[in-house]
Amino acid sequence: MDSTISLTVDGRRHELTVDTRTTVLDALRDRLGVTSAKKGCDHGQCGACTVLLRGPGEDPGAPGHGRRVLSCLSLAVAHDGAEVTTADGLGPASGDELHPLAAAFVEYDAYQCGYCTPGQICSAVGMLDEAAAGHPSAVTADLAGDGPAALDRTEIAERLSGNLCRCAAYRGIVDAVDSVAHGAVQGR
Amino acid sequence: MKPFAYTRPADAASAVAAVAADPSAAYLAGGTNLVDHLKLGVAEPGTLVDVTGLLSTAITPTDDGGLLIGAGARNTDVAADPRVRSAFPALSAALLAGASGQLRNMATTGGNLLQRTRCSYFADLTAPCTKRDPGQGCSARTGWARHHAILGAGEGECIATHPSDMAVALAAFDARVHVLGPAGERTVAATELHRLPGADPSRDTVLEHGELITAVELPASPVAARSAYRKVRDRASYAFALVSVAAALDVGADGTVRDVRIALGGVAHRPWRATRAEAALRGGPATDEAFRAAAAAETDGARAVDTVAGGNAFKIPLVAGTVTATLRALAAHGTEVA
Repeated sequence: MDSTISLTVDGRRHELTVDTRTTVLDALRDRLGVTSAKKGCDHGQCGACTVLLRGPGEDPGAPGHGRRVLSCLSLAVAHDGAEVTTADGLGPASGDELHPLAAAFVEYDAYQCGYCTPGQICSAVGMLDEAAAGHPSAVTADLAGDGPAALDRTEIAERLSGNLCRCAAYRGIVDAVDSVAHGAVQGR
Repeated sequence: MKPFAYTRPADAASAVAAVAADPSAAYLAGGTNLVDHLKLGVAEPGTLVDVTGLLSTAITPTDDGGLLIGAGARNTDVAADPRVRSAFPALSAALLAGASGQLRNMATTGGNLLQRTRCSYFADLTAPCTKRDPGQGCSARTGWARHHAILGAGEGECIATHPSDMAVALAAFDARVHVLGPAGERTVAATELHRLPGADPSRDTVLEHGELITAVELPASPVAARSAYRKVRDRASYAFALVSVAAALDVGADGTVRDVRIALGGVAHRPWRATRAEAALRGGPATDEAFRAAAAAETDGARAVDTVAGGNAFKIPLVAGTVTATLRALAAHGTEVA
């Protein structure tokens, strides 16, 4: 059964007719040609399909790109009107500039095969927004604390545990995210 | 995946009417469990009724000093809420111990309660499963039973466990689940929402087809402010519990237990409120020996399965150890609750 929806992907608005069974991930890859989000397990276990998503009811002027979610478990028809940002669409958009997290992944060898990398980067962007908003994690010692969450390596690893890397580049990934969390790497 | 229709009703009453009128209809909220089950063929609804836009996402104080959590509130937002973190810390900790950041951003409070077991045979259409197809028999009883139940399942019955961490904390805190059905509203105690398997393991909860969870109410509870959640699993993060404990403890100046709440995860078909352990502790000393004896009282009569692929007898001492460690940490921080 078909349904016509609109999705804004990396700043470009699309109208498309999808079967109700189509996931956001399949809509991105197979219908819109946006292959930045990767299909790893397709069952919500690996995080390779992570994108940032802002629903149609959410403030379009709010900072950031929305929440990190798994596009493989999101039905496209249930996200009519949403804004989706993949790693490809993370700013700055001009020229060959990389997003600070992408630059840090290069700097710290935070990948080997690279298949999980776009999901890792989207997840890290969403995670840094969550930490800035004061969200605790399972390893936060004092749940009653307020203000932005302090991110040490244990916190970063815990908060990114939904993104698997079969090459096990975890050390580099934590290094890269740590460097951005603490301002060591700028976009270039 | 079987084709399905998709609808997005304007309000909760319309959604309830739509599902109640159609035996093949199912509610869709965050979708983190249901969409996976659509792909696997475990769930084959004819219609999905999307309730994400019409359920409250608010967390509001109640007149008696508790909190009312809208069923649409995302797991992330409940875990991060300052009032939940200070007044019901075990609930925040339980949510944070579950799933991943991405999944918690998607999953709703109502959907978390209604997620289904992660028993691998339940999700495997090639394996007999009495929860999926009652009467087929249980593959776990002779197979991979590491995550399976030791309490509440009779001989030969389904030994699947309920996977939610959040529900364990809600069981400890005497939460009440607000439900809207074709006949109107009702509330169900969190400890009574999920069923024991009995003769019909296909039913996880006491809800009738068409009933919709609209909110979860946490009654005011002074002891809840001194609570914790401890989860034991096969890897440090992003894994389901082997055993988990939500506990709250109030120890008087004389060292005796004034109040205690204990609920267990990973041990039964439903979150397991440990009433026997609580009764054993109330009024007695807050010592490791007492904690361990209370946990042993709770698992007295537990049934483990022993299989070549890995049984679950280890959970009986693991419950004792995890309950003891959780209560010990609470007692160490404890002064009297006001």
